[in-house]
Amino acid sequence: MLIRRSFPNWGFRSTFDEIDRMRRDMDRLFDGLSGRYFRPVSSGVFPAVNLTEDKDNYYIRAELPGMTADDLNISVIGSNLSLSGERKIPAGGEQVRYHRREREAGNFSRVIGLPGDVNGDKVEASLKNGILTIVVPKAEKAKPKQITIK
Amino acid sequence: MTTGESKELQAKQKTEVAAPAEQTVPGIVFTPAVDIFENEKEITLLADLPGVKSDGLKIDLHESVLTLTGEIEPFENADEEDILIEYEVGRYFRQFTLSETIDQNRIEAKLKDGVLRLALPKAEKALPKKITVKAG
Repeated sequence: MLIRRSFPNWGFRSTFDEIDRMRRDMDRLFDGLSGRYFRPVSSGVFPAVNLTEDKDNYYIRAELPGMTADDLNISVIGSNLSLSGERKIPAGGEQVRYHRREREAGNFSRVIGLPGDVNGDKVEASLKNGILTIVVPKAEKAKPKQITIK
Repeated sequence: MTTGESKELQAKQKTEVAAPAEQTVPGIVFTPAVDIFENEKEITLLADLPGVKSDGLKIDLHESVLTLTGEIEPFENADEEDILIEYEVGRYFRQFTLSETIDQNRIEAKLKDGVLRLALPKAEKALPKKITVKAG
């Protein structure tokens, strides 16, 4: 490995600073190549969710193919949304030979903290075509209020 | 299969299609996860296609190449703001070359809860024909 001595030592407080800088430059290079800004910040917990809001509600969506409402458990405690359940994949039958096995089964549990106060009584959830959509209305006091100037 | 309690699911990032023929419609294209298994009578394919409805799904079998295309609709209302986005939404596309001859008339497709179940019955093997040789 080639060890380079930066001479004189300009503001590199440790050898890792230079590697950091190189890594950032490479990241910028690759970002420009792909042309897309999206870098997923997945927490690594299943399922991946998209959390969006408008002025009245929070919307939480997750892709859960093959799940029915019975396999799912959704609850709201304070301003945390808890989502848990089990994905079951029925066995293929007897005497089958698998060529590919990419779908996974198992249980999952996830808590998502919502950024504001919510009205836990009016939460609506629907599961359609394998996409779970949860609508959580914001609490009245958390909604933005327009202030008129006299 | 393991006995005992089921394991915990890990979040996986969706796989994008790796440079196929260029798409005419702009947008991301994902490769759906599939299970393929066969018994003596048929090949069964199960594909995870969340967000795809039956009118957005296209199944094509041509010269032993099976093509699956799934269209989705944008799920967000226009005035929503993003807080946390962990997965992207895009179309689905996957192709398979089938080794066996399939009886195309008896293919069955069922799309439920975002999972496609495709039953491809194998064609019955042609009966061996006895060829008589004329003398002379």
